[in-house]
Amino acid sequence: MSLSLLSRSRWSCSRLRYPFIPKAVCVNQVHSSTSVLTDRCYEGLYPGHILTTPFQKALLAVGSGVAALHDPYRHDMVAVLGETTGHLALKNLREKMRNDPEGLTILTERPRIRLSTLDLKEMASLPDGSLGREYLRFLEDNLVTPDSRADVKFVDDEELAYVMQRYREVHDLLHTLLGMPTNMLGEVAVKWFEAAQTGLPMCALGAVLGPLRLNASRLQSLFTSLGPWALQNGRRARCVLSIFYERRWSQNIEDLRQELNIETPPVTLTAPSRRNI
Amino acid sequence: MAASVRLMLRRAVRLSHGKINVAAADTAARSGRRLAPSTCRCFGDAAGDRITHFGFETVPEAEKAKKVYKVFENVARHYDTMNDAMSLGIHRLWKDALLHAMHPQPGAQLLDVAGGTGDIAFRFLEYVRSQQERQKRRAARSMQTPSWRDISSSDQYASEDEAGPRESGAVVCDINKEMLKVGKRRAESAGVVAGLSWVAGDAEELPFDDDQFDVYTVAFGIRNVTRIDQALKEALRVLKPGGRFMCLEFSKVTNPVLARLYDAYSFNVIPALGEVIAADWKSYQYLVESIRKFPDQEEFKLMIEDAGFFCVKYYNLTGGVVALHSGFKL
Repeated sequence: MSLSLLSRSRWSCSRLRYPFIPKAVCVNQVHSSTSVLTDRCYEGLYPGHILTTPFQKALLAVGSGVAALHDPYRHDMVAVLGETTGHLALKNLREKMRNDPEGLTILTERPRIRLSTLDLKEMASLPDGSLGREYLRFLEDNLVTPDSRADVKFVDDEELAYVMQRYREVHDLLHTLLGMPTNMLGEVAVKWFEAAQTGLPMCALGAVLGPLRLNASRLQSLFTSLGPWALQNGRRARCVLSIFYERRWSQNIEDLRQELNIETPPVTLTAPSRRNI
Repeated sequence: MAASVRLMLRRAVRLSHGKINVAAADTAARSGRRLAPSTCRCFGDAAGDRITHFGFETVPEAEKAKKVYKVFENVARHYDTMNDAMSLGIHRLWKDALLHAMHPQPGAQLLDVAGGTGDIAFRFLEYVRSQQERQKRRAARSMQTPSWRDISSSDQYASEDEAGPRESGAVVCDINKEMLKVGKRRAESAGVVAGLSWVAGDAEELPFDDDQFDVYTVAFGIRNVTRIDQALKEALRVLKPGGRFMCLEFSKVTNPVLARLYDAYSFNVIPALGEVIAADWKSYQYLVESIRKFPDQEEFKLMIEDAGFFCVKYYNLTGGVVALHSGFKL
């Protein structure tokens, strides 16, 4: 029996017998050149894609929202919330990227920001104030890595899945551009910026509920200076997903900010010395 | 077709010996629709390596064990929480029902295979303890009129060994070390240590001698075994003559309306719950698919009889969502 017959028989048999299971999108499976029955072939539109019905997406949205509120360190739940609620926002983002020449290049070339694709030595040798050097400094100070982003699972369009993935990978760069550390106040400020820029419901939810965990002085700082700055800049800045950061490591960060129409932050926040908020 | 003829002959032989069979509804219709488990495994034998099912996927037999190991390694940490969430706590009632059907007496030795986090073993020890207490109370009440046994074992006629009744013990055997770790942690925090041992082993090749145990249980584990017939033969081997085999496993729901609701719940809600609680959609997708691939009540009963057990019966729990199979080694 060929693999295609097997794969068809799997879905057809399950669809006939169990009418309530999600119907598979009819996609060609990717065959591996070696043995017929390895699990390197994936079903769905991209590696890691899990097919879900609208009911399941709704369930996931509610469940992940509750889980993320209950435990904000469940980044995977925040990711799932973003994927299941962000369909319209992702489409808007894609349109924005298509209308920008650099954004269109990104959509065609599909660059990924991860440790394996970054030349860390070269970036460390760049002058201070350059994007690459500041990004590296941000990663070191805040003890984060670009590889910790969850893969996209529940977006049912391959290009939109890439847009989502790009949004996640650009998040740290956004921290660098905005000069925000990864403590709670910094994260909330970035969320406000992202909510204004992208319109993703997950960002809006994070922007609204994040401040609940801030103490009084930080709340004041957020509402008086940081918050309005983040919102204004989010609205007027160029779409941050449309920037080909991988080719701009040596660019001075102030120049980049000017190009993107982002003002320098009104308050300088320092990176947390320990990972507590 | 040879396999099904063989099955029919065996069934005829067994019926002629006058075994008690519990009738199940609609088995004829059901068995007509699906291949017998032994033939299911054999299709595609061309290259000589056998293939089997992993959920709705088809994989070589050699791979299935590895994939199942991976699944349980991933879910071990959240296993108990997920069980409560998926079954809304009803799995506790199923396991209690298993213990009540077992009705173990003090001195019984239990082997719980695929026992993972120890649910059955803990219940067993507690049951035996309460049985022991009941016996002591009964003995105390009857102290006024001592029986011949009491007189002979009193101080006047001192017996050779003060040991009293043999202590019951439970051995939890699981192929997956992560699951055993979680079980051990639970035992330590509950303070249950006496009479409990944890062994890593494969149900198809148990690391025990013949004729060791009074009761062999496998709760929600046998459908993950690659060769179920092999596991049943091993169960027969390690049981003492007179020992009992008991198996709790997800099975076919008899009521068609309930069946559709159950399917809808299984395929729509359970993987989403797995994603939210355990951050693992695929393992729980495998779980609900593997339930569909497992033989139904009658077929599994035949498999148990094939392995050499007698007086095989089954009881449906929760309308057939779970079936409790029981057989004896004679």
